[in-house]
Amino acid sequence: MSATRTLFDRIWSSHAVFERDDGQTLLYVDRHLLHDGSAPAFEFLKQRGLAPRAPQRCFATPDHYVPTDTRDPASMHDPEKRAMADALARNSAAAGILFFGLDDRRQGIAHVVAPEQGISQPGMLIVCSDSHTSTHGAVGALAFGIGATEASHVLATQTIWQRRPKSMRVTMHGRLAPNVSAKDLILALIAKIGAGGAAGHAIEYAGDAIRSLSMEGRFTVCNMSIEAGARCGMVAPDDTTFAYLAGKPFAPQGAEWDRMLIEWRALASDAGAAFDREVSLDASRVEPMVTWGTSPEDALPISARVPDPSGQPPARRDSMTRSLEYMGLAPGTPLTEIAVDRVFIGSCTNSRIEDLRAAALIVDGRKVASRVEAWVVPGSGLVKAQAEAEGLDRIFTAAGFQWRQPGCSMCLGTNGDTVAPGARCASTSNRNFMGRQGPGARTHLMSPAMAAAAAVTGRLADVRALAGERAR
Amino acid sequence: MNPFRRLEAIALPVDRQNVDTDQIIPARFLKKPRENNFGEYLFHDLRKRADGSDNPDFVLNHAGYGGAQIVVAARNFACGSAREHAVWALYDHGIRAVISSAFSDIFQSNAVRNGLLPVVLPERVVDSMIAELAASPGAQVSIDLDSQTVTGPSGEVHYFEIDPFSRHCLREGVDELAYTLSLEEKITAFEKGLK
Repeated sequence: MSATRTLFDRIWSSHAVFERDDGQTLLYVDRHLLHDGSAPAFEFLKQRGLAPRAPQRCFATPDHYVPTDTRDPASMHDPEKRAMADALARNSAAAGILFFGLDDRRQGIAHVVAPEQGISQPGMLIVCSDSHTSTHGAVGALAFGIGATEASHVLATQTIWQRRPKSMRVTMHGRLAPNVSAKDLILALIAKIGAGGAAGHAIEYAGDAIRSLSMEGRFTVCNMSIEAGARCGMVAPDDTTFAYLAGKPFAPQGAEWDRMLIEWRALASDAGAAFDREVSLDASRVEPMVTWGTSPEDALPISARVPDPSGQPPARRDSMTRSLEYMGLAPGTPLTEIAVDRVFIGSCTNSRIEDLRAAALIVDGRKVASRVEAWVVPGSGLVKAQAEAEGLDRIFTAAGFQWRQPGCSMCLGTNGDTVAPGARCASTSNRNFMGRQGPGARTHLMSPAMAAAAAVTGRLADVRALAGERAR
Repeated sequence: MNPFRRLEAIALPVDRQNVDTDQIIPARFLKKPRENNFGEYLFHDLRKRADGSDNPDFVLNHAGYGGAQIVVAARNFACGSAREHAVWALYDHGIRAVISSAFSDIFQSNAVRNGLLPVVLPERVVDSMIAELAASPGAQVSIDLDSQTVTGPSGEVHYFEIDPFSRHCLREGVDELAYTLSLEEKITAFEKGLK
């Protein structure tokens, strides 16, 4: 065993309560995020006659089932969805858990709100019964999704059993080309290593391309680690992280901040630390990406054509054929000739202020193509307020976009915001699975700027061409 | 939770890679409480056409697989979301074990906490088992958790690895909560060390 340690090693060992001989480790949980899909976890807890052990370490906000056309809970006519949202409010109140409800302007997608409030901090162990909990790794935390039974275990004991995953360092080098974003980087990575390419591994993202990303960009990258099958994704905290966290409501303040800063600076992996696997990506060569199929690994540069299944190995050929049939696409079609019906700018992947700015830059002075319905769903009430203060909402609405209320919305459609069967959506979300945005819905994943380009042209479009027009 | 020791049952081949949790159970069914029979929703949109009729192309609708208790699926089964409903849908449908060459981490954790055994075998073995099962619907596979072996339809025996703690929980039909609660002193001591 080498004496060098990684960011992951440091957080893991500082949270180990007890290690069994068989390698299972009981880890202490600093933050447990809860949302309106968390009702079963509270139910299981109740069935065991237990109460939350450390409610002060929990944070709750409804996101999966909330309406995005209004803030009025009375508009939730479906009794089952209403029950999920009500259960969260009731369970949080009963346990004394910090809760941002629909009447609170801080409400939003848990993975947007917790960092925005400084609830997610470097060096922490963070869990949530949602796979995109990997997002919080961007602040230098160990953060991963868990199931409902595990969530009830965390509520009861504030701990979780884990086996140590293998380590993988993903190094992204080089300077991003104009109009290429964090979303393009992570789609390019998943295309390279596959949807199961990081299974069983904890990813640490490194390299100058990662270092030069804003926090918003790092959240996007870490968020989609799970789409490569990773247990978690993380970035060592640096000055970008600290500048982002400084002054956040739940971040340490004053002398405590100074003390934590010293600890946080010491978290980074040692030079020469060894990883079980190393992957590198030349970020300077990454183009704006879109997906054509039904797995996030089905991503290509926008300049490409729909791939041809013939000539592929049999298993791949069958799955590509099925995907193309579902997506209603013919091999050889230029991606830029694919017309879209819907545009969704939102989700825990891409609904932060920088995402909305990037999209607005493309939309400004243009109109949403006729017969396209385009939405912006900000990630939180505070993102929405910030965007409105900058006038972004007016740019979007003047172009014909709907400017909506925060929530998960059309990423997975649990609140009723869905794409019609057979309709095609340019989406900044994280999954293009069959039926993800609604039964029969066809999803193309891309960056906010690319989604904006799709909205104004009515088809998948190369944002570089539109941005170029602007520059001239 | 029912203990899992040994199982010999019809196995359903799922010849698709990256079967994601939205395919196992679409998100619109997640709002229902656990008391529901989620088995009705297993592979819902693969199994049913848009008009609600059965899709004859999907293997679950093929003759001979009735009563299957084992699923044998191609690589990266149950990737995607953390929804435990994916396990509940399989379990409520009567499935007690899933064999694949790779699962998502969260699905594996959820499975062992619900009495559903996830078995990882080499891709070559899984793919040939899928082909055999597709060629002879109703063929049986047996799994013995004590010896950690799977016997395929043609009688080949394959050893599999499983985390000893998960094996214990599955064998005894217990989840880990009672055990963790017995470690209360250690947790309290750890908490005292926190700032």
